[in-house]
Amino acid sequence: MHVAIIGNGITGVSAAIRIRQLKPDWKITMISGESDFHFSRPSLMYIYMGHMRYREAKPYENSFWERNDIGLLRDWVLEIDSGAKRLLMHSSDLIYYDKLLIATGSKSNKLGWPGQDLKGVQGLYDLMDLRELHENSEGVKSAVIVGGGLIGIELGEMLHSRGIHVTFLVREDSYWDNVLPAEESALINGLIEQEGMELRLGTELKEIFGDRSGRVRGVETSTGELIDCGIVGLTAGVSPNIDLVRDHEIPTGRGVLVDSGFRTGVEDIYSAGDCAEIVTLGDGRNLIQQVWYTGKMQGKAAGESISGLDTTYEPGVWYNSAKFVNLEYQIYGTVNNAQGTLEIKDEQNLYWEHPNKKHALRLVHDGSKILGINTMGLRYRHRVCEFWIKEKRSVGYVLDNLKEANFDPEFFRRYESEIVGNLKEQQT
Amino acid sequence: MIDARTLDHQYDEENLGFPEPPKAEERKLDIWEKLSLSLVGLGVLIFIVLLFNTPLRGTWLGFILAFAPMVAGGALYFWLSYKNTVPGIKNDGNFYKNITSRGSLGWVAGILMTGFYIVLYWWPQYLEGGVRLVDPSSYAISGAPATHWFLYGFIYTLALIVFGIRMLMRYRGNRYQQIRTLSVMFFQLGFAFILPNVLMLFNQPEYYFSYFWPLKYDYLFPGTVSYLANSPGGFGVFFIFWGLVMSFLAVPVLTYFFGKRWYCSWVCGCGGLAETLGDPWRQLSDKSLKAWRIERWMIHSVLVLIVIVTASLWINSVTQGKVLGEFSGGAAKWYGFFIGAIFSGVVGVGFYPLMGSRVWCRFGCPLAATLGIFQRYFSKFRITTNGGQCMSCGNCSTYCEMGIDVRAYAQKGKNIIRASCVGCGVCSAVCPSGVLKLEGGSFKDRYKGADKPVQAFIDSIKHVP
Repeated sequence: MHVAIIGNGITGVSAAIRIRQLKPDWKITMISGESDFHFSRPSLMYIYMGHMRYREAKPYENSFWERNDIGLLRDWVLEIDSGAKRLLMHSSDLIYYDKLLIATGSKSNKLGWPGQDLKGVQGLYDLMDLRELHENSEGVKSAVIVGGGLIGIELGEMLHSRGIHVTFLVREDSYWDNVLPAEESALINGLIEQEGMELRLGTELKEIFGDRSGRVRGVETSTGELIDCGIVGLTAGVSPNIDLVRDHEIPTGRGVLVDSGFRTGVEDIYSAGDCAEIVTLGDGRNLIQQVWYTGKMQGKAAGESISGLDTTYEPGVWYNSAKFVNLEYQIYGTVNNAQGTLEIKDEQNLYWEHPNKKHALRLVHDGSKILGINTMGLRYRHRVCEFWIKEKRSVGYVLDNLKEANFDPEFFRRYESEIVGNLKEQQT
Repeated sequence: MIDARTLDHQYDEENLGFPEPPKAEERKLDIWEKLSLSLVGLGVLIFIVLLFNTPLRGTWLGFILAFAPMVAGGALYFWLSYKNTVPGIKNDGNFYKNITSRGSLGWVAGILMTGFYIVLYWWPQYLEGGVRLVDPSSYAISGAPATHWFLYGFIYTLALIVFGIRMLMRYRGNRYQQIRTLSVMFFQLGFAFILPNVLMLFNQPEYYFSYFWPLKYDYLFPGTVSYLANSPGGFGVFFIFWGLVMSFLAVPVLTYFFGKRWYCSWVCGCGGLAETLGDPWRQLSDKSLKAWRIERWMIHSVLVLIVIVTASLWINSVTQGKVLGEFSGGAAKWYGFFIGAIFSGVVGVGFYPLMGSRVWCRFGCPLAATLGIFQRYFSKFRITTNGGQCMSCGNCSTYCEMGIDVRAYAQKGKNIIRASCVGCGVCSAVCPSGVLKLEGGSFKDRYKGADKPVQAFIDSIKHVP
């Protein structure tokens, strides 16, 4: 049995390792045109900033793959011939497979801005982008970043660390407020300015201008402001990378359509991770998840499904974490954004913020049970938060046991008594 | 079809890596930073001049002039360069800066430090100028003229304090790091420098309370024990008692509650220097499986060696040389030369800029080996991994001075329970998603999510995924 995996990102790797654990004698080939070995995409920023080298970004030693008999191939797949069960490759011979996993990840959105193909205009997603950014940084004094999300602020931090002046253009009225509630979002606005970067809220990109050599020299914003810059970072989200299977017999929507066992519409072809769109989760809405953790969980589940186990993907209690320059953020469960897009029945919020704007906590509940927890500048224990949400603990219970959830390092100041006092006051 | 841009991508990231991106502008030093660095430069100059036999050498004025400008300038510079930054992780450019990434300056630093140790151990007569410079302070503390060992202790302590100030500033916003740094500064200054010298002032044996067997191997040698036992005033007997309590009671009991960090990254002088002077180079430790394998063989061999040497000395002492003859004395001498001098001193500190800050602690220290065995099998201490939050970025592994591949555990959701972990807490500090926490939870759930110790040992040899 030969399993071919297209993509060596976290999803492909999680699947490969899971299959190897379950099927010691199956042949596994992991194909990537991007890199010889799997690396951690979140490390791209640390390579650029000099915190680590590329070799430190690889979660497994090179010898790991040989030891576990997982074949690696550096090449691009040009076409999937699902009839003959083979892959047409860019430079190597045809590859015949018995089962195939498509884990091609996502692509940065380019929303059709005038000038978006100029040199110096780029997203930040893969190794090609990192290399481009190293080249594009040459002689650049200022940059504009379009879009207010996690990659945006990472890119801002990266450029800022090289002394490049950064201006953010954010369509929303506050940073990332299509995900964060207003108060947390306001904290990010504040810290961007504290770090010495500029923020233009409620502002969109109108046009990107280039010089004669085809290199970016500035942008015009929707407010008519002209900003000189040598780099334009496009970080207005990502979309499933389905270039390979567009106009193919494999059914696609926004992503590759799969069931909860990651099976596509074509026999023996599976898809998981950022590029997959999961149907039949029950609520009628399809699910596209594009963060590291879900890529990992989906890959593992897809590996089980490919190995013949009857695995159904259960996303479980949502969680995520990130760091905005120096401010850490965690979310467990359901927390509404500033626009209130999520319809949460009887939604109530309890929110505490330290006057120094470096710590905040939000509890979302519906009067009886806890639904979600947001932390800023506080580390909370995954196991505890997940348990409370899963077990539908009351908000009173959560407040009484809040200390249990703290995961900050020893000797750090604990704010729980302050928080609980303040939140209980808000309740009454 | 996939786009042409990706098809063109033939980059050899394995061998070429990603070179330093250009900087828009170098951050310019402000006037105070320039002045503080000038003060260091001036201090070095004065120090060198005073090494020669000037009338000032041996006076308090000479002593102050030789050291105060360097120390004040260095401390001031570290304070100034961090004070206006936002508290957070300061690792920008570590792998671009020549000195912290094994570049030519790194090699120069390594050679200078190695050279200093070689001179110190085998040609101390060339340190005469420096020794005479610190005479006034030696007279004041110990009532005797300085020796090259006094000079060494003095410089060691100064380096630890100045770079300790750097740590305190660098980790503003991380109280664990700050308190830990203050602790190593305190133990070095008080217990490893002032106290032993003051004991000499009162005609007592020079004794280091913060070092004990098997790191301070001769403290349980029969020669030392009988010397201490026969020293007047009864202090010696207390020192023997203290040494035994530390080696055989404190090690298991404190390690059970706190892990080996209670010693290695909070008290020990070797660890203290590694955590302060060595901090800029912590990322250079080798994280490979191969290095781990070498480490386990090496450090446990040294432990076995010192146990054999100590035991043979005692056998010899009890049997009055009838059983082992010349062997035990010779073994002790060779151990002192190869392990005590070359390994712990020359390589241990001299190789900071080349192999990271914990070469000795990781590959050689027999006390670390003992503490490690207790930490691995009989301790509440662990580094807890926070559920599934790890995104494999690798900051933890990169900045582990002991070369532990922390990420390998964290990305599997396993707790990190490793013999070598000194509990410095930097993995937890640099983690961008709040995944790691050093703590001493209940013994029962310690292995939750982690492997069973014996099975883990077998797996690590067999390299199970």
